[in-house]
Amino acid sequence: MRAGALAGAGILLAGCAREPLAGDASVGDDAGGGTTYDGPPVSLSYWNGFTGGDGPIMLALVDKFNGAHPNIDVAMNLVRWEDYYQKVPAAVYSGAGPDVGIMHIDQLATYAALNVILPLDDVAAALGLAEDDFAPVVWEGGIYNGKRYGIPLDMHPLGFFYNKGVMKEAGLDPNKPPATAAEYEAALEQMKSKGIQGSWVSPFLFTGGLMFQSLVPQFGGSLYAADGSRATFDSDAGVEALSWLVGLVDKGYSPPNVGQDADNGAFMNGDNAFIWNGPWIIGLYASNPALEWGVTPLPRIGTERGAWGNSHNFVVMNQREPDPNRLQASKVFISWMSNHSIEWAEAGMVPARRQVRESRAFAKLAEQNQFAKEIDYMHLPPPVPGIPDAQEAVERAVNEAVLRIKSPRDALADGARIANDLLAENRASYGGG
Amino acid sequence: MAQSATRPLARARPREVDRPRVAGSSAATPYLFLAPFLVLFGVFVLGPSLYALWISLHEWNYLTGDQPWTGLANFTDLFEAGTASGRFFWQSMGATGKFVLFSVPPLVLVPLGVALVLNAKFPGRNFFRAVYFAPYVLGVAVVSLTWRFLLDPAIGLVNFYLTEWGIIDTPIAWTNSLPWAWVTLVLVTVWWTLGFNTVIYLAGLQDVSRDLVEAARVDGASRWQVFRHVTVPQLRNVFVFVITVTIIASANMFGQSYMITQGAPGDETRTAIMYIAQEGFQFKRMGNAAAMSVILGLFLAALGALNFAVFRGRGE
Repeated sequence: MRAGALAGAGILLAGCAREPLAGDASVGDDAGGGTTYDGPPVSLSYWNGFTGGDGPIMLALVDKFNGAHPNIDVAMNLVRWEDYYQKVPAAVYSGAGPDVGIMHIDQLATYAALNVILPLDDVAAALGLAEDDFAPVVWEGGIYNGKRYGIPLDMHPLGFFYNKGVMKEAGLDPNKPPATAAEYEAALEQMKSKGIQGSWVSPFLFTGGLMFQSLVPQFGGSLYAADGSRATFDSDAGVEALSWLVGLVDKGYSPPNVGQDADNGAFMNGDNAFIWNGPWIIGLYASNPALEWGVTPLPRIGTERGAWGNSHNFVVMNQREPDPNRLQASKVFISWMSNHSIEWAEAGMVPARRQVRESRAFAKLAEQNQFAKEIDYMHLPPPVPGIPDAQEAVERAVNEAVLRIKSPRDALADGARIANDLLAENRASYGGG
Repeated sequence: MAQSATRPLARARPREVDRPRVAGSSAATPYLFLAPFLVLFGVFVLGPSLYALWISLHEWNYLTGDQPWTGLANFTDLFEAGTASGRFFWQSMGATGKFVLFSVPPLVLVPLGVALVLNAKFPGRNFFRAVYFAPYVLGVAVVSLTWRFLLDPAIGLVNFYLTEWGIIDTPIAWTNSLPWAWVTLVLVTVWWTLGFNTVIYLAGLQDVSRDLVEAARVDGASRWQVFRHVTVPQLRNVFVFVITVTIIASANMFGQSYMITQGAPGDETRTAIMYIAQEGFQFKRMGNAAAMSVILGLFLAALGALNFAVFRGRGE
């Protein structure tokens, strides 16, 4: 009996070991690049994590695409972003992955290095995508080892939302949101005198972690060396940034130990006046008629302007059984989406392409235009494989400092040490990429 | 099989008269009956466990071409001072240990009390039995998110009423400070799962001999003496089961930490399972994660053995 079980396990082991995904880049380079598709009818699966108010807008775009392309049928599937980067690679590896997906720009290098996604230089060429049509961080962020892996759909930098009702209550002019460190702190001091804690600092990525990642470049620092070889968020600039953030709690402008999403809840309830949040939240605020709010670029707290940002990119998944028809249809889908990115802007996002941002249709979107102002100083982690692992260390450092477990300097130093270990480990496992 | 005793035992060998066999059965019969379970056990428990042991001996990212053999390096790394994964792993094991220590006593004792009350005869007894069991049918996400909102330090209802009624002056950071994060995790888990152990105790109480209870009463035993010397000894096997299952469930705690505290403050409430899942599925260092799972598994096996040993020593 025991021998039988072991033999069975042996068969199982053999069954689990699969060939690695083919790394031959040429599979992505066949002709066409995605302007037209004349082949037999195909159905494509398209996965993304737009589970919020952005989901219906993306679905409407997909329906519109299906209507205009009788021989292509795209089915959209939602996976929460929290699970997305675990499920998608596993699905692709087992040959059950989608044809097309969305990935954040800071994830592209990792999954390009792991052969989960395919190069799309031909799509970019067919679309006539050119460097000057994109912000440099977004253009360069999609390139790994000289090949383009992502077609940028949008950009979403962090913006400054202010609750006009709370500002009025404190005797502040609701149409003059603070734009500098002095104005920011003066407004908070005035609110404090009226018993209002005006700028809640969350110890979690949303939104305290994102505030920190915006403040580091504002104080002249960066999270990592430009080549992604080591962490630099423990520099003096990083310490200044985190100390300013923790100072908001110390000075009583924020309650201590803010819970997950409580900063946002308090903003919507009229307990919190200021929140640094992304454009994805616009829909939620707009759907609440009792909430009077506005949004502008982030205030300049340090010596320069700076904002955390990210970008949704279209990617094509590597397939165990490549099908030229589906591949071609996938590229047609991405091209069409890229050309209709103005409609996606309704979800709150800033279109990645300059020509779309400069269109009259985009000019009508008041809030989105505030975010568009930040494009030139939007900061992303460098495009090296495994960088999301190191970001975890940044999150932990902010958590420890905001919850007063460690001083900002110690938290950042410990975090940078861990991040450097991870970066070195990743360099080894991704072959120096 | 007991029914077969009524059949003639013509072919039974004399020595086996007390263990009757079904006519036409063979030596394989018991194994055939066990087979459906053994197949599932083999495919979903034994096979994956052995596979994990194999993975733990490699540097294993399922997406890359080669999974280099590293021998015991994944294990020795965990025991070497100074490695980040080792430090985080033992911290998470410590967190799991604390949770087991804090949560098992209330999860064993509170349901016993509830079961004793619900075992008495009073109007509405079935209603209350259902009420106490009700939270157990909820999913961990529902329970965790509900309590996260209720216990939010700044905008939660619990702090609101505690301050309103003058019980506390400053809000308690239920979800992201120590020791409150542990208090929260234990309270939520007890509220959520006490119904399960209660049902087990209730079933066990039905088997407590009424004759012995009455005999003890007649002999003048107090209620406490009856409970201590008549009821408890008869529940011994139930205790072994409840304690073992509860220790395993608490050692596998993941959802509550993941959703209520996110491991905060810092990594204080990040449990071993949570760290293993992160290391394996998020960072795709499956060799490391498998090695950690093996160690966690060994710890649990040792605890289980200890538990049985203690109770066996007490009995007979």
